[in-house]
Amino acid sequence: MRVAYRQPTLHLLLLVGAFLILLPLLWMLTTSLKSPGDVHIPPYLIPVTFDWSNYSRAFAADDFPRFYVNSAVMTGGIVAGQVLLSSAAGYAFARLRFPGRGLLFGLVLATMMMPVYVTLVPSYLIVRTLGWLDSYTGLIVPRLVSPFGIFLMRQYYLSLSSDFEEAAMIDGASRLRVWWSVALPMSVPALATIGIFAFLFSWNDLLWPLIITTDPDLRTVQLGLAMFSGRYGTQWTLLAAGSLVATLPAIIAYLVGQRWLVRGIALGAGR
Amino acid sequence: MAELTETGQRTLRSSGGGPSSDGPPLAQGLFSWYRRNNRLGDLSAAAVLVGPALLILGVFTVWPIVYSGYLALVEWDGLSADRPFVWFDNFARLWDSGELPTSIKVTLLYTVAVAVGSVAIGLAVALMIDRVTRGRTWYRAVYFLPAVTATVAVSVVWRLLLDPGSGYVNVALREVGIQGPNWLRSTTWALPAVIGVGIWKHLGFNVVVFLAGLQAIPKDVFEASAVDGAGEWKTIRSILLPLLAPITLLLLIMGVINGFLVFDQVFILTEGGPLGTTDVLGLLLYRHAFRFFDLGGAAAVGWVMFGLVASITLVQWRVYGAGARGVGS
Repeated sequence: MRVAYRQPTLHLLLLVGAFLILLPLLWMLTTSLKSPGDVHIPPYLIPVTFDWSNYSRAFAADDFPRFYVNSAVMTGGIVAGQVLLSSAAGYAFARLRFPGRGLLFGLVLATMMMPVYVTLVPSYLIVRTLGWLDSYTGLIVPRLVSPFGIFLMRQYYLSLSSDFEEAAMIDGASRLRVWWSVALPMSVPALATIGIFAFLFSWNDLLWPLIITTDPDLRTVQLGLAMFSGRYGTQWTLLAAGSLVATLPAIIAYLVGQRWLVRGIALGAGR
Repeated sequence: MAELTETGQRTLRSSGGGPSSDGPPLAQGLFSWYRRNNRLGDLSAAAVLVGPALLILGVFTVWPIVYSGYLALVEWDGLSADRPFVWFDNFARLWDSGELPTSIKVTLLYTVAVAVGSVAIGLAVALMIDRVTRGRTWYRAVYFLPAVTATVAVSVVWRLLLDPGSGYVNVALREVGIQGPNWLRSTTWALPAVIGVGIWKHLGFNVVVFLAGLQAIPKDVFEASAVDGAGEWKTIRSILLPLLAPITLLLLIMGVINGFLVFDQVFILTEGGPLGTTDVLGLLLYRHAFRFFDLGGAAAVGWVMFGLVASITLVQWRVYGAGARGVGS
């Protein structure tokens, strides 16, 4: 096979590329473990000193635990909402007959094409009118629905056989009951895909928390880090520690949910 | 299906409730419409299942679109009772001030560079990963990692890496005898630096999609080509690349749409500076809305962004045939 002798070359190129890709992340880890005096002494990329105090100092310099709670609440709410509402609406569009179904589904799809920037200012004004500025409600509710998720779930339910559901209905289950007890459990893999997308989207988001909150107590991790980097721009070890802490949950979620994430990308290139 | 209908109707009747059939003709008409459409309990179930999602979409997406159309035509600071109609003056004002043309230019440069760069490199990386016999999953996971890391966090890190004095990039350049620029404060180098970070971040997504595309190509295509005595380059050029053309185009279009909407990384890296050389449309909109309280101007920028995205989407439809992907029941 002519391919065989190429393997070392390919691996060499790929490893150099992988090194460049990982470099900022390695640097972040290493710098977060350096003592502040050593920070400008390059070029260790693998941690040789382990000064964990940067983490406690970063946490003390700003209210990171609080930001963490805020991000966790916001992310939890959005993930739960997008998963449930995508399944519910996707199921209805796939299985139920009701007037206006095609039109409403078209509308849902049409909103997918609208960049968030068109609706950003009006959404802010609506949230303000509702009195939801500086609140979890304002951070969560406007982003509970994912049109892409609804689309994905509709396709998923259409691809499932409806035998089980019909059997359940013959046994006297209502449509709602069938959705909750039959369709929902059968769609866990697809819901995992939506869940991981929702998690990464909301955990990493900056723009919406930036405009909806002014109260420091409601800052999310990303917003807190952005503000933190403005004030402590010269304290590299703290910034590295803060950055690592801010992105760690996303990395863990990725490592755990990689399978579903990659599948979601293949399905619709996840928007 | 007959039993099914029976069961459904029985369920409905036994569940009781519902509007009464007595009353004025309109109510009776409504009730019979409801009953006609609620065979199997579909209508009431649909209301419960789709209702919440449509309500939220309606309030926070559909209505804001209409609202945004109005805002773009008025002058308003968000507080005063006075909102004079200025029609297209918001667009004209931003255009004449030079901000809008600059932002469009910067956004297009960023977008095209990141889309083309990350698709080209992504294709090369995917072709290599597809050919190695070991470690494919590992490589894919590594190359995709930047795509899932928080943009704010990695932008903070990149800002330090691009520090002119002790940043890793310039230290490395000094090793090979090059004095690197003050990347993020240079009118020449700020945009290329932001583009570089953009490519770093988006590369992995393209790698994953290309790999999926490559896996869908039957392997006997290569064997046939090898039997015909075609070299590896020739196989790639004349067989693989044409087969990957649709994916490449799709990725370019998606990359362009995402590029138009960039915000976080520019906000952290340069805040649009120096001298507006990285002032993308997202930042322009944010600044006008939430720093200058120029809501009309901000809404106008939003519609410019919509125009850009819509024109690319039209290209996409042209290529794939309208409604071929996604749209349509």
